[in-house]
Order: sequence, then C-alpha cells, then structure tokens
Amino acid sequence: MEILIDTILLVLLMITGFSIVRMRSLLAATMLTSIYSLLSASLFVVLDAVDVALTEAAIGAGISTILLLATIALTTDREKPPQRTPMLPLIVVIITGMALIYGTLDMPHFGNPQAPVHLHVAPAYLHDTPGEIGIPNVVTSVLASYRGYDTLGELAVIFTAGAGVLTLLGYRTRGGNSMDPGIRKLLILRVIGKLFFPLILLFALYVQFHGDYGPGGGFQAGVIFATGFILYALAFGLGNAQRLIPHQLLRIMVAFGMLLYIGVGIESMLLGGKFLEYNVLADDPVSGQHLGIILIELGVGITVASVMLMIYYVFRSRQPEGDL
Amino acid sequence: METVIYILSWIFLLGGAIFLLVGAIGILRFPDFYTRLHAVSVCDTMGAGLVLAGLMLQGGFSLVTVKLLLIFYFMIFTGPTAVHALAQAALQGKLKPVVDEHEQQ
Repeated sequence: MEILIDTILLVLLMITGFSIVRMRSLLAATMLTSIYSLLSASLFVVLDAVDVALTEAAIGAGISTILLLATIALTTDREKPPQRTPMLPLIVVIITGMALIYGTLDMPHFGNPQAPVHLHVAPAYLHDTPGEIGIPNVVTSVLASYRGYDTLGELAVIFTAGAGVLTLLGYRTRGGNSMDPGIRKLLILRVIGKLFFPLILLFALYVQFHGDYGPGGGFQAGVIFATGFILYALAFGLGNAQRLIPHQLLRIMVAFGMLLYIGVGIESMLLGGKFLEYNVLADDPVSGQHLGIILIELGVGITVASVMLMIYYVFRSRQPEGDL
Repeated sequence: METVIYILSWIFLLGGAIFLLVGAIGILRFPDFYTRLHAVSVCDTMGAGLVLAGLMLQGGFSLVTVKLLLIFYFMIFTGPTAVHALAQAALQGKLKPVVDEHEQQ
C-alpha cells in the first residue's frame, strides 16, 4: 500500500516537473511549483518525516509561491522564447542525471537498517535524547542541540538572503500615499482575511512552542507567522500592515533573532561550557537543554519571520500603486 | 455498534471520493473557466467534507477528531473564498463566460 502511494506521488512529481519545464507562462509555472512542493510534503509525510513535511508545506507551497508571485508582479509573466535550441544543456543534464543514477546503484536500499546513516550517529541520538535532552521530538533535539552549529549556519543563510535582497532591491518608502487599496474593496476576502489572521498567528505560536513535543519549530513557525502578516497586508493594504509592523522594526528583528541564537552560545561559554552547550544554562543539565532549545528556536523563529516579511515588504514597496 | 460506525465511515469516505472524482471530471470536461470553478467548488466542500467526516468516524473520538474538525472548519471557509477570489479575478480580467449560441439564436 505504501509503495503504491509512493509510486503515485513520485509519478505526479515527475509530471509536475515536466510541466514546469514546458510551461511558458510563468504564472502557471509558479502554481505548478507550489503543487510540486505540496506533493513533496505529502511524500515526506508518507516517509514519516513530519517536521520536513511541515517545512516543505509552509515554505515551498506557502511563502515561496507568494514571493514568486510578487516577483512576477514586478517583472513579467511570460518566459522569453529561447534564442537557440537547448541541445548542449540537455546533453549536460542527461549525462549528469545518468551519473547520479549510477551513483545510487552503490547506495544501500531504501529502509535498509544496515545503511551507514542508521549506524553512525543516529542510534546515539535516539538512545541519548530522553536522558540528555528530555524532549519527545528527537528531530528538535538533533536540530537544536546536537547539531546546533548546523542550524546556526542555516539561520545565517536566511539572514544573508534577507540582507542580500535588502541590499540589491532596497526599500522604497512611498511618498505620502501609502494607503494602497490591496483587496480591501472585496468584502468577502477582507472578512475571511480578518477571520483567519488571528488563527494563523495562534497556530504559528503553537508550532513554535510545541516544537519540542511534536513536529514544528522555529523555521516552520516563522514562516507561518510571516504568512499571517502577508495575508493581513493583502486584505487591508500594505500601509496598514506597515503600521502594525514597521519596516524599521523588521530590520532590528532580523538581527535580533540571529543575535539571540549566538547570544545563547556565548552565554553558555561564559558559564563555563562550550559554544551552544546548553547544559550549563540552568542548575541541572536537562532543564538547561530545555531553556537553550526554546531560546534558540525563538531566535530562529524571529529571524525567519522577519526576513520573509521583509522580503515581501521590499517586493511590494517597488510595485506601482494599486497593483496586486 | 462498531460495525455500523465502520460501515458508515466507509460510506462517507467513498461518497467523498465520488464527489472528488466528479469534480475532477468536471474540471476536464466543462467548457469554460466559470463552469470549471463550479466543478472545483464541489471538490472542496462536499468531497473534502465527506472524507473528513469518514476519517473522524474511523479515528474514534480523540484529539484527532478535534484536529480534523479544525481542518474541516478551515476548508469550509477557505475553499469557497478561493473560488470566489478566482471568479472575481477572472471577471475583473474581462473573461467572458461561454454561452450556448444555439439557444441565443
């Protein structure tokens, strides 16, 4: 049964992929990309990787679609026809693909318990998490504690992306008339937007602080938070959203989340541990771990949410009045 | 009693599946955008609603039921809203519905 579901999902993924390549309308391609992400999210659920599925659904199907649509609104929705026949790229892709498939021949079979990935550190994580960290969700303990350095790196990537967008595009303050109509004139969308805005924020908080016990955590929560505010900006206009969260505040928040993460690391160094060794943060190691994980997840959530919202603000601020 | 619930849940699930199938056929077969939207809206109200009801009966009364209810609540609001937004956008983009020319003549 599971193989059947896997096969159907993978076939659908392939069809979507080919459609994206063949599509000339960028708007349709964006929608297909969103479907692609949703299909991969379902595949991750089938593979029991619920945390990854949540991330993929929130980021891939949610926010990246919005950002792509904002980009299309800034540029154009037609792909330029290629100048010459793409034979050389096709040959390169085919050779690379064949090399990759050849590479998978040496890999252990899917689900093989003897695979190196299941023998190296994973058993230690699974075995030690209840005693050392004391939280049920092993994914969070790996992500936030055992592999805290990697997560700091990922956060730095998102931080850099936000800084890059801000440097390249710049934020344009609209002179005087910042009250763009948004979709305010459409009553139904406005009412539904108002109805769901608090629920989305509540769900984001749940995902943020329930990350120790169930699927979720800073990355997912941050994106859901940003989506809530983007919905608000769509329903009530960019001007009102910026009165709620000003752009200057976002810039501070972007840095604050990152600094909170690094600060937890430095604090644990000051208390005599290693960088990001949470054991020393409280009297006993397990509550120290809890405290550290909650703090760094909060840092991740703040930075992710503000980077996403800032990118959206920057894109929208460059749009001519009255669009979207 | 359990058998009744079990059978009832499968009736809901299969009913939902039929609605989804009909909606999918409608998307492919209907002539223009507005009628296709009509087919889609069947999918996410009746189709998804019945499937969720069937799943609730399968899962028994627990936290899962509450979560499914929340999903249902979410679906009944977002589905029609999305269809409304699409139709509104099409109308503003000056997309004309296809009308049967034989009846007009």
